[in-house]
Amino acid sequence: MASVVLEHVSKRYGQVEAVHDVTLNVEDQEFLILLGPSGCGKTTTLRMVAGLEDLSSGAIHIGSRDVSHVPPKDRDIAMVFQNYALYPHMSVFENMAFGLKLRKVPKPEIERRVKEAAEILGIGGLLDRKPKELSGGQRQRVALGRAIVREPLAFLMDEPLSNLDAKLRTQTRVELKRLHQRLGATIIYVTHDQTEAMTMGTRIVVMKDGIVQQVDTPDGIYHRPANQFVATFVGTPAMNLLRGALTRQGDTLTFRTDDQLMTLPSHIAHAASALTGEAMVLGIRPEDVHVSQEAVARLPQTQIRAVIRLIEPMGHENMVYLDLGTQSITARAANDWYGTVGDTITCALDPARLHAFDAATEKSLLS
Amino acid sequence: MMALRRFNRGLIYVVLTLAALLYLLPIYVVVVTSLKTNATISLQHMWNFPLHPSFASLAAAWSQLAPNFGNSFYLAIPATLFSSILGALNGYVLSKWRFKGSNIIFFLILFGLFIPYQSVLIPLLRIMDTIGLYNSIPGLILVHTIYGIPITTLIFRNFYASIPDEMLEAAKIDGTGYWGIFRYMVLPLSVSGFVVAGIWQFTQVWNNFLFAVTLTNPPNQPVTVALVNIAGSQTIQWNVQMASALLASLPTLLVYIILGKYFVRGLLAGSVKG
Repeated sequence: MASVVLEHVSKRYGQVEAVHDVTLNVEDQEFLILLGPSGCGKTTTLRMVAGLEDLSSGAIHIGSRDVSHVPPKDRDIAMVFQNYALYPHMSVFENMAFGLKLRKVPKPEIERRVKEAAEILGIGGLLDRKPKELSGGQRQRVALGRAIVREPLAFLMDEPLSNLDAKLRTQTRVELKRLHQRLGATIIYVTHDQTEAMTMGTRIVVMKDGIVQQVDTPDGIYHRPANQFVATFVGTPAMNLLRGALTRQGDTLTFRTDDQLMTLPSHIAHAASALTGEAMVLGIRPEDVHVSQEAVARLPQTQIRAVIRLIEPMGHENMVYLDLGTQSITARAANDWYGTVGDTITCALDPARLHAFDAATEKSLLS
Repeated sequence: MMALRRFNRGLIYVVLTLAALLYLLPIYVVVVTSLKTNATISLQHMWNFPLHPSFASLAAAWSQLAPNFGNSFYLAIPATLFSSILGALNGYVLSKWRFKGSNIIFFLILFGLFIPYQSVLIPLLRIMDTIGLYNSIPGLILVHTIYGIPITTLIFRNFYASIPDEMLEAAKIDGTGYWGIFRYMVLPLSVSGFVVAGIWQFTQVWNNFLFAVTLTNPPNQPVTVALVNIAGSQTIQWNVQMASALLASLPTLLVYIILGKYFVRGLLAGSVKG
């Protein structure tokens, strides 16, 4: 296993820049997630690490070697594709052994490694089958096995779970994480699924329009988003954003949104002092919007009044959609909370969990 | 509804059977005439089944045509193989290793499909003479290989378009390069492509008359030319003539019957996603 380093990597197709100046340091044994909406450049970045796309500029190192212009076969990496890309004319065994055979690994060694990988993945009984005789989940395992037997410096995975059904995806996610711990592998994993990113990654790289937005641990991405894009892309339902204006009265800073006033806690006030104008965006996650009476009573500074527009009972919780005049927010309420659509209620935003963004640049003020 | 559908179905079968019978009538005449003795052949009785079927004319035809049969196999098998392999290589490059201008090159190759053979005969003859391949089977092999490239390129390019790129990328990462991918991935998946191109090319080369009659003299002529020479004798032996035609058409028929079933086989099933 080895580290993977990207230095100022860019990819241009004619006039379009698909990946812009990406610099990443993937540490040895790290499970790094590239997360972003489709077209954000995450797959292109991965394919450049694999050598399937040429770099327009920048450099890529795997281990201590500069591989920027090395063909894929000599990079000593393995890749798992979204569509598995198994070789249809070869048996499961041959699929997994192919890369080793090309590298002239001795036969007994090939057999040992394939058997071992098949054991780990629970496909020992399928070695003589052809890919078309396998189910989607089994094919997925074969594709993983083909990567494992190679014992590469790094694993590259391009949305490997997105063709599985929901139940299998959850199950495989857990197995993949366990596999990472067991193999001590360096993995770069591309996904648009934030659940996969949050549950499996040691660090997450959030990308948008070819530009890296933030590199952080799942915890950091969730609790300290660097900008509004990251804040709203990660988390379901998305973080609530409230546009408003600041008014300063001595030491206290008041936030006015939809004609309602809120006194901002000191850490927000401190951060907001960097702003020159008065426009600001306040962010708050649905679970930090409180609607129960006891909780609201405890938070007198940050109360707002809102009309209940819709309640979605999810079983373990209730999703409450609230109108604040021109803006709306979502709150997560306990499943023993009851409200009536159309009622005006007072809710409170947890002051410790507030985020603040520059209205012009959309960047977080809290870092 | 059911009755109507059954009636329609029945009608289709009746029409198709009649069309098939009409199509098979000349072949019937060829077969029965070849089984008659020359004396019993007349225009009045041409539809009749022979009273005393005899294979004498088939034997006579074979003894006359055997060397030319040899020529034809010696011509058709290498020409089919070479043009199929070249077509496969072209198709591989033009579908999986696109480069700037590859579409223009593909278009230019396809252009070869639309050149009428008659228009190139005289210069072709001169060229073959100059390079010393006139009046030889290797010369004909060369001509048919080259004239086969456009159609085989088209067949393989379209066939390879169905091989997913991801699979070839997986092979690249597993350690293959340009030739490795062709050898280990593309070629094993090409069986149906080779069957299609092979049947087509074999039939074309075997049945070709124009190049053969222009570029070869006896005894180097393929069976198609020899067939016409038999008809050119002073007294026409209809039974031998028909028997020769029957023999000359057998190989292409057999190729189709033996290989035709591979047409249907979908070897790619399950390669990407089921």
